[in-house]
Amino acid sequence: MQDNSNRRAYWRKSFRLTGLLMLLWFGVTFGVSYYARELSFDFFGWPFSFWMAAQGSPLVYVVIIAIYARYMERLDVAHGFEESED
Amino acid sequence: MPANANSGEGLGQGAESRAAFKTALNHVYKWYAAGFLAFVLALAVLEQMGLSRQWIGLIFLLATIGLYAGIGIMCRTTDASEYYVAGRRVPAVYNGMATGADWMSAASFIGLAGTLYLTGYSGLAFIMGWTGGYCLVAFFLAPYLRKFGQFTIPDFLGERYGGNIPRLLGVIAAIFCSFTYVVAQIYGVGIITARLTGVAFELGIFLGLGGILLCSFLGGMRAVTWTQVAQYLVLIVAYLLPVVWLSVKQTGIPVPQVIYGYQLQKVTDREKELSHDSRELEVQQIFRERAAELAAKLLDPHAALLADRVRATKVLAELKATDAPLASIYAADRALSNLPKTTDVALKAWMIEKAEADAKSRPLNGMPPHAQQFAGDPTGDAKTRDEFDVSRRNFLALVFCLMVGTAALPHILIRYYTVPSVKEARQSVTWSLLFIVLLYITAPALAVLVKYEVFTLVVGTPFDQLPDWITAWNKVDPSLLSVVDVNHDGLLQLNEMSIGGDIIMLAAPAIGGLPYVVSGLVAAGGLAAALSTADGLLLTIASSLSHDVYYKMIDPNASTARRVTLSKVLLLVVALGAAYVASHKPADILFLVSAAFSFAAAAFFPALSLGIFWKRATGIAASLGMVAGLGTTLYYMVLTQPWMRSLFNVTRPIELWWGIQPISAGVFGVPVGFAVIIVVSLLTKRPDPAVQDLVEYVRYPSLGASEKRQGGIGGL
Repeated sequence: MQDNSNRRAYWRKSFRLTGLLMLLWFGVTFGVSYYARELSFDFFGWPFSFWMAAQGSPLVYVVIIAIYARYMERLDVAHGFEESED
Repeated sequence: MPANANSGEGLGQGAESRAAFKTALNHVYKWYAAGFLAFVLALAVLEQMGLSRQWIGLIFLLATIGLYAGIGIMCRTTDASEYYVAGRRVPAVYNGMATGADWMSAASFIGLAGTLYLTGYSGLAFIMGWTGGYCLVAFFLAPYLRKFGQFTIPDFLGERYGGNIPRLLGVIAAIFCSFTYVVAQIYGVGIITARLTGVAFELGIFLGLGGILLCSFLGGMRAVTWTQVAQYLVLIVAYLLPVVWLSVKQTGIPVPQVIYGYQLQKVTDREKELSHDSRELEVQQIFRERAAELAAKLLDPHAALLADRVRATKVLAELKATDAPLASIYAADRALSNLPKTTDVALKAWMIEKAEADAKSRPLNGMPPHAQQFAGDPTGDAKTRDEFDVSRRNFLALVFCLMVGTAALPHILIRYYTVPSVKEARQSVTWSLLFIVLLYITAPALAVLVKYEVFTLVVGTPFDQLPDWITAWNKVDPSLLSVVDVNHDGLLQLNEMSIGGDIIMLAAPAIGGLPYVVSGLVAAGGLAAALSTADGLLLTIASSLSHDVYYKMIDPNASTARRVTLSKVLLLVVALGAAYVASHKPADILFLVSAAFSFAAAAFFPALSLGIFWKRATGIAASLGMVAGLGTTLYYMVLTQPWMRSLFNVTRPIELWWGIQPISAGVFGVPVGFAVIIVVSLLTKRPDPAVQDLVEYVRYPSLGASEKRQGGIGGL
């Protein structure tokens, strides 16, 4: 069925994007924190891992979610799933 | 702004009226912001003209509570969709602000900077956990729940998994998490009003309760949303202003988030100096001796208390016999009557004293070096290596629990029911996090700036030349801040200063040398943070009870008016109950709030996310998974957390699993929840086609209700 394969393609792409962004999320959060001691080179005054935990990762999270929202909007349109505006 | 991305397409009637609505909102909040600034400036002028601090505090308190109540009254409604989900027409940006206020509680506003000050790097787990959770909200929940488009979180569990059991479990978990949280907020309201206006704690609770009720009681989600937007603006200005000022004072640059790295370096250098300072070492030695004395007393508390009493009686008798001055006789008499009455009381008091003395016999007042990641040393001997591993593991576990818990707290998730579309739900998460991050990346800066101030300017100062804020706060509440010249050298050493975490934010304006009106503003900000969170929580509890329990389970034929009225009555009852609990000043409320994250994580996250992402997940599996996740979390806490242990009479010695602290019990509960749902689902019958259709419906933004099944879907 045409409709079904379109749905599957949409869902697969959405799933892949989510996976990719989750990987980034995981690396920033748990990867950097796990190696926090090793990553303490100077970064504008902060030890790098301190800066990442205090400022860097929250900002990366905002970017991750913004990318997600933007990409999903495009995906909706590309597969004909965008909502009507009323 | 992403909202304009679609402007090329043909806009329908709905889109036009929505745009007009948003323009009107922009207009209203612009005037509101201007009015608020004018109000603060007017108070600043009045302060210069001699208005007393008491009055400034009181005016702030009454004006802001009155304002929130006014918004509430203006937004009153009896319509179910308005009452439960604000008519589903809150624009993404405004929902973002409302979520920000909903999310940031009294603990975030007042407590966070203090935690960071006291614990350094380990405190950053809260920063990462409380922001990173929004990634999970965006990926796994918000857009799909919006598409589902009902009223509560148990609603989704009930529809997706079928039957009343998942729904009821959802209600129980939602109420359990939200109630502990709301008690903490009302408690915070009492503390803030008491400290900053001098009114009694109970009266403060009463005033705050009035503000909360006038707002959420009449207007439900509609009133709460627009009040929360107003509260967000107050709290963010109140937070940023003193920190920016402090940054200008210390570095000349008004962007503390960018510049405090250099202050952190200076703090680290100063920490090294202080660790070798001979006067500091002297004070530490005195505390070490004190700790040893107390340890000896604790070996035989009964005899020690008796000896103390004999000694005090003898001193008093000698003074009386030698005709000593009345003042010293009086003091000796008081010392005698202040001795613990029973051995049990003495035991408790001494244990606390010993813990304090132990902390103060360590360098830097028992605080870890601010920039040091984790305790211990990975290259040292076996003991320090182990310490390092456990400390790192706990950090990661706490981040995990806070993140998953964030993505599972019902009062946050229902906010995404209130936006007009799936698209706006996604955008709204971005806005929410942006508004939240603004405060969360400022808190670590505040902690470092205050630490710099204390370490370089306050420590080493003669006692008679200490800055005003120290004496002032010492008077307000000695448990927040007290200084004692332990080694009698006339100078203040770091270890002679006792600090409660809340002081960092509360005193920031005074440390920066700002006029009192800014302190009043900070109090108003803390109040806004507590009230907005309390509003959202109370509404969540009331909706769960009236919508899920009464309407869906008891009387499906109830009219909307009846449901809304019932919800209002329940809200009143729950609010009074929470205020009653808060007025008893429960000692372990802070633990309960952090525990709420672990509970929410274990109860909701596996069932909600699998419900959307795995069609095969079955109802019985979800119910068992929720029970197993919650059960595991609770079981671990009962075994390991001192207060829970005493509650459940657990006497066997504490055995931590892999050294994980009880606050992070969710790290066991969440995987157990997932595992149980997956295994049981595979063992039970595949869900029927209607449920599979529901999952399809939720996944694709434009899929109409007709393609699923008829009825029951509100909104679009």
